[in-house]
Amino acid sequence: MKKYTNTGSKDTRSGFGDGLTELGKTNENVVALCADLTGSLKMGDFKNNHPERFFQIGIAEANMIGIAAGMTIGGKIPFTGTFANFSTGRVYDQIRQSVAYSDKNVKICASHAGITLGEDGATHQILEDLGLMKMLPGMTVINTCDYNQTKAATLAIADFQGPVYLRFGRPKVANFTPADQKFEIGKAVQLTEGTDVTIIATGHLVWEALQAAETLEAEGISAEVINIHTIKPLDEEAILTSVAKTGCVVTAEEHNFLGGLGESVARTLALNTPTPQEFVATQDTFGESGTPAQLMEKYGLNAASIVKASQKVIKRK
Amino acid sequence: MSDNKSLENIVTQVRRDILRMVHKVNSGHPGGSLGCAEFLVTLFNDTMKLKDGFDMDGKEEDVFFLSNGHISPVIYSVLAHRGYFPVKELNTFRLLNSRLQGHPTTHEGLPGIRIASGSLGQGMSVAIGTALTKKLNGDDHLVYSLHGDGELQEGQNWEAIMYAAGNKVDNYIATIDYNKKQIDGATDDVLPLGSLRAKFEAFDWDVLEIEKGNDIQAIKDGLAEAKARTGKGKPVCILLHTEMGNGVDFMMGTHAWHGKAPSDEQLESALAQNPETLGDY
Repeated sequence: MKKYTNTGSKDTRSGFGDGLTELGKTNENVVALCADLTGSLKMGDFKNNHPERFFQIGIAEANMIGIAAGMTIGGKIPFTGTFANFSTGRVYDQIRQSVAYSDKNVKICASHAGITLGEDGATHQILEDLGLMKMLPGMTVINTCDYNQTKAATLAIADFQGPVYLRFGRPKVANFTPADQKFEIGKAVQLTEGTDVTIIATGHLVWEALQAAETLEAEGISAEVINIHTIKPLDEEAILTSVAKTGCVVTAEEHNFLGGLGESVARTLALNTPTPQEFVATQDTFGESGTPAQLMEKYGLNAASIVKASQKVIKRK
Repeated sequence: MSDNKSLENIVTQVRRDILRMVHKVNSGHPGGSLGCAEFLVTLFNDTMKLKDGFDMDGKEEDVFFLSNGHISPVIYSVLAHRGYFPVKELNTFRLLNSRLQGHPTTHEGLPGIRIASGSLGQGMSVAIGTALTKKLNGDDHLVYSLHGDGELQEGQNWEAIMYAAGNKVDNYIATIDYNKKQIDGATDDVLPLGSLRAKFEAFDWDVLEIEKGNDIQAIKDGLAEAKARTGKGKPVCILLHTEMGNGVDFMMGTHAWHGKAPSDEQLESALAQNPETLGDY
């Protein structure tokens, strides 16, 4: 099995910040809007290098989404930045009417997604955002796994015409994907080849899936790990090709099992080839305060949970 | 510039269009539409600097956003008579497969519409965004928007009002349709707005009032004054005092026609008060 190395833990949000900095130099139409969280979103470099293209909106997320929609009229490519909770649930109607329904080229960039925000607790965490965004017609939904991939995705969405939700996190996580990767929206990345179980993971759970695959290998179980960075549109071909080989699937995400990646995969399987599936996700609950590692363990969002789910789903074949 | 008589002719025809559109599908919002007919006809045919044709970017021309999207009949009629799409298309208002949705949308590709509106309170933010883009593009044309007064009960407006002044968005003129009525009754009864003038001024906007908001000359003068006040570091607000249902005697002086269609007899009476000027669709 191909092994992956942590080349140095970094936060995915810094991948966004560094991608935005690069866009500042290469794409003069890119503008950045922030709702009083410049530091948290790592937008400081962009702000300092291009003050005329940086817009501090204040603690007014609804206004930020509307202004972003308006800025596309005349050719700008707005990137909005705030926490995932305030990027989606708080402004769902603004995104629905002024961005998605109006088909505006706004990039909604959301940090501190899921429970790995940690100690701030449930008010600042969100486990429903993927569902909210994927239900909007015309919205592209991306959830990246590490620093390098987040940076690559940030660059890629600037060249893509249409509304995008880009989701990333707060803590430092293993950085293991290539620095020079090409990010293809809607194209899954197969990380390992296997024959016994397909593990489909997104976001911070991709690294955990790779750790799980190593543990499973030691037990004689061959796992195929697929990184679904684009929740919508979903790379159904990659999923069906893998499942045809393995006959069962585990989905893993830092999100509620309702409305997340797992449900999108389940729909694909139900319509094409009904397949045993286990869901590594939160179980319709809010989060709480704690360190990211503590929370991932308590809510069952780690390699150990993926191993258990894999063992279980193989028995259901 | 257009003479008042030709603008009046458009207004009368727009009134007929509004009444017939709403009557045909027995749904829609005639009251506020009629109240804003003079303003929108003057804005589009006399005040705004517009290019020929329509493109979404609106570069090098003035841009307008309708925030209170429920008055779609008036904007559709005004856009059609301005040449954005065939007048006879008004016949499809609110019907299946039409570009003229109940509330305006870009989704169906209707020329003249740059944002969906209907869920209230979002238009000012959008207008500010476009005004900011015009500044970035070095485009010295203006951005206009229209809002219901009741719509100001939505909190997002006050985020936008604060932002526009704080960031000197002075290439922007927001107009409030100050008819003091909403679906459930008088704004003073539903949720009082207090002094809008004092509120906008406290937020550091430059405010002017058009007392006769259904009088073309008064609107012309007010818009000219508003334009003269742009570029001076403050966003400009027009409080446009209008009469809901203007031009139809039984629709005036009440909120009852906010979202109700006239019967056959009522339509006949209303049309008789507004004889055909430019030809019905």
